[in-house]
Amino acid sequence: MNSSSTLSPVYGLMAEFESPTELVHAAKAAYEAGYRKMDTYSPYPIEEAAEAIGSHHNRVALVVLIGAMLGMIGGYSMEFWISAVNYPLNVGGKPYHSWPAFIPVTFECAILGAGLAAVFGMLALNGLPQPYHPVFNSPNFIRASRDRFFLCIESQDPQFRLSETKGFLEGFHPVEVTEVPY
Amino acid sequence: MPVQDEIDVLPPKGVRPPLMGPGQDFGTVTDRVAGVILTRHTPVFWMIIFAIGATLVGMLTTAVAYLIFKGTGIWGINIPIGWGFAIVNFVWWIGIGHAGTLISAILLLFKQGWRTSINRFAEAMTIFAVMQAGLFPLIHTGRPWIAAYWLFPYPNSMGVWPQFRSPLIWDVFAVSTYFTVSFLFWGIGLIPDLATMRDSAKSMVVRRIYGLLAMGWRGSAQHWNRYETAYLLLAGLSTPLVLSVHSVVSLDFAVSLVPGWHTTFFPPYFVAGAIYCGFAMVLMLAIPFRYLYGMQDYITLRHLQNCAKLMLATGLIVAYSYSMEAFFGWYSHNKYEWAMVLNRMHGPYAGYYWTLVFCNIIFPQLLWFNKVRSTPWMLFIVAVDVNIGMWLERFVIVVMSLQRDFLPSSWGMYWFTKWDVMTFVGTMGFFTLLFFLFIRFMPAISIFELRTLLPQSKVKE
Repeated sequence: MNSSSTLSPVYGLMAEFESPTELVHAAKAAYEAGYRKMDTYSPYPIEEAAEAIGSHHNRVALVVLIGAMLGMIGGYSMEFWISAVNYPLNVGGKPYHSWPAFIPVTFECAILGAGLAAVFGMLALNGLPQPYHPVFNSPNFIRASRDRFFLCIESQDPQFRLSETKGFLEGFHPVEVTEVPY
Repeated sequence: MPVQDEIDVLPPKGVRPPLMGPGQDFGTVTDRVAGVILTRHTPVFWMIIFAIGATLVGMLTTAVAYLIFKGTGIWGINIPIGWGFAIVNFVWWIGIGHAGTLISAILLLFKQGWRTSINRFAEAMTIFAVMQAGLFPLIHTGRPWIAAYWLFPYPNSMGVWPQFRSPLIWDVFAVSTYFTVSFLFWGIGLIPDLATMRDSAKSMVVRRIYGLLAMGWRGSAQHWNRYETAYLLLAGLSTPLVLSVHSVVSLDFAVSLVPGWHTTFFPPYFVAGAIYCGFAMVLMLAIPFRYLYGMQDYITLRHLQNCAKLMLATGLIVAYSYSMEAFFGWYSHNKYEWAMVLNRMHGPYAGYYWTLVFCNIIFPQLLWFNKVRSTPWMLFIVAVDVNIGMWLERFVIVVMSLQRDFLPSSWGMYWFTKWDVMTFVGTMGFFTLLFFLFIRFMPAISIFELRTLLPQSKVKE
C-alpha cells in the first residue's frame, strides 16, 4: 500500500445506475480495464454483478461443513459420555452405548451446528455488524436498498486516479458519479 | 382501509392468475410493503385484534399461574389418560409450523417462484406456532423448573443426566433445534429488508432502530454472494430438519407398545398431517391479511390456489393413512389393535372420530372445484375446517389409545376441564398477538425477493 493512496481524501467514486443491466455492463468493463478494488451495491442479489467484479467463490459452504461436523461430533460424544461413561443406567437391558438410539440427537445437533455456522459465518465473512461504512456518505446511497444500482471503485485500487477514473465511469452514462468521502 | 378485490377476477379457463398484480416496479413494491409499517396510523381492526389477543394472553397467564400453584390436577388428565390436552395441543401447534418451513425451504430448493410473497409471514407463523407448542410439554410437567434436569443435559448438583434412549429427549432436541433454525432462517431473510426499512424511515428514532437490526447491511455484491449461499444452505438444512421434527414427535407415540400408536408408518403420516394443517393455517392468515392490508397484488389468487392444491394433496395422504390405520388393525390379527379400531368407530368417543373423518376427508374434497380454490372466503372455511379436523385427529390418537389398553381394569375416561380450554384458547390468543405485532413492525412480505420477481430485475445481455 503506497502512502499516496492511503492519504487519499476519498473512499472512492460512486456511479449510480438505473438498471441492473447498465450496472453489470459497467462493472464488467471496469474489471477488464484492470480495476480490482471495487464493489457493486444493489437492492436485491444480482449474480452477474458478483461475477463481473470477480467474486465467484465464497467460503460459507466450508464454514457450514465445519459447523455440521462439530455439531455432529459434539452431539454424539455428549450422548456417549453421559450414557456410557458418567451416568451408566441400565434401561430395559439395553447396552450403555446404544448407538442407534443416539442418532436422532446427533442429527439434530449437526443441523443446529450447521445452521448457526451458516448465519454467523456469513455475517462474520461479510464483516457485519458494521456500525460505520463510508459508502453511506454517498448522497443518494439510500436508494441502494430501493431501486438504484451502484458501482464504487475504491481509492485503494492501484489504478485509481480521481479525474481519470471519474471520466472512465462517466463513459457508461450513469445518473451521477460522486466522490465518496471517508 | 381494506382495498376491494379488484384483481380477484378469475382469468379465462386454462390461464393461471399472475404472481403479482400489474403496474409494479422496485419503488411501488417497497412502498406498499414498508408503508404498512412506516406510518403513525394503526388501523382500527389491528387495535381490536390486538386487544382480543392481549385479553386471551391474560387468560393464559391466569391458567398457567393457577396450574403452577395447584398442579396438573386442575386439568382433566388422570391415570390412565396422562396425556390430555397438553400433548394434543403440542402436536397440533408444532404441526402448524411445518407449512412455514415447507414454503420457505423446500419450495426454495424446488425453485417455486410463488413462495416468495408468502414465505416471510409463513416463517413467522412457524416460529410463533412452535413457541405455543413448546409451552405445553413444559407446563405439562407441572413444575417446569424441576423438569429442566431431565429435559436438558446440564451439569447439576444431583449428578443425573437425561436418558438419551427415550424419544421424549429426541423431541426436546428436535423441537429446540427446529425453533432455533427457523428463527435464524427468518432472521437472515429479514436483514436486507431491515436495511430497506432503515433507508425508507423518515423518523430518526425509527431509522436508528431498524439500522441497528440491519447491522450495517449495504447490499454489496460480495455480501449478496455469501448471503445467497448461506440462505440456500439453510434451506437445504431445514428440509431434512422439518421432516425429522414431526417424525420424532410421532416416535413419542410409535416407540411405545400402546395399541393404535405402535405402527411404523407414523412418521410419514404425521408429517403429511402437519403440512396439511400448516397450509390450512397459512390460508387462515393470508386471506384476512391480504384483504385487510390490500395486498391482493402480492398475494394473488395463484398463491391461494397453490396452497389449496397442496392442502388437497396432503389431505389425500392423510385420508390414506386413516384407512391404513384401520386396515393394519384388522390385518395384524392382534385383538388389541382391532379392539382399538372398533373403539374409535363405536366407542364412547366415536363422535370425535366421525367428526374428524368429516372434517379431514369428506369436506376438503370441495377443493377439487376450481371455484372453491379461487374464492377466498370458501377457502377460508375449508381451512378452518381442516384445522379443527387436525386437532380432532390428535385428540383421537392421544386420548383413545390411552383410554382403553390391554386390561379392562385400567380403562378410564377423559374429560377436559375449563382450565384445559383456557390454556388452549390462551395460546391461540398469544399466537394472534405475536403475529399482529409482527405485521405491524416487520415487513410481512419479503421486499427484496419481490423485486426479483419483477421483469426489470433481470440483467439483459
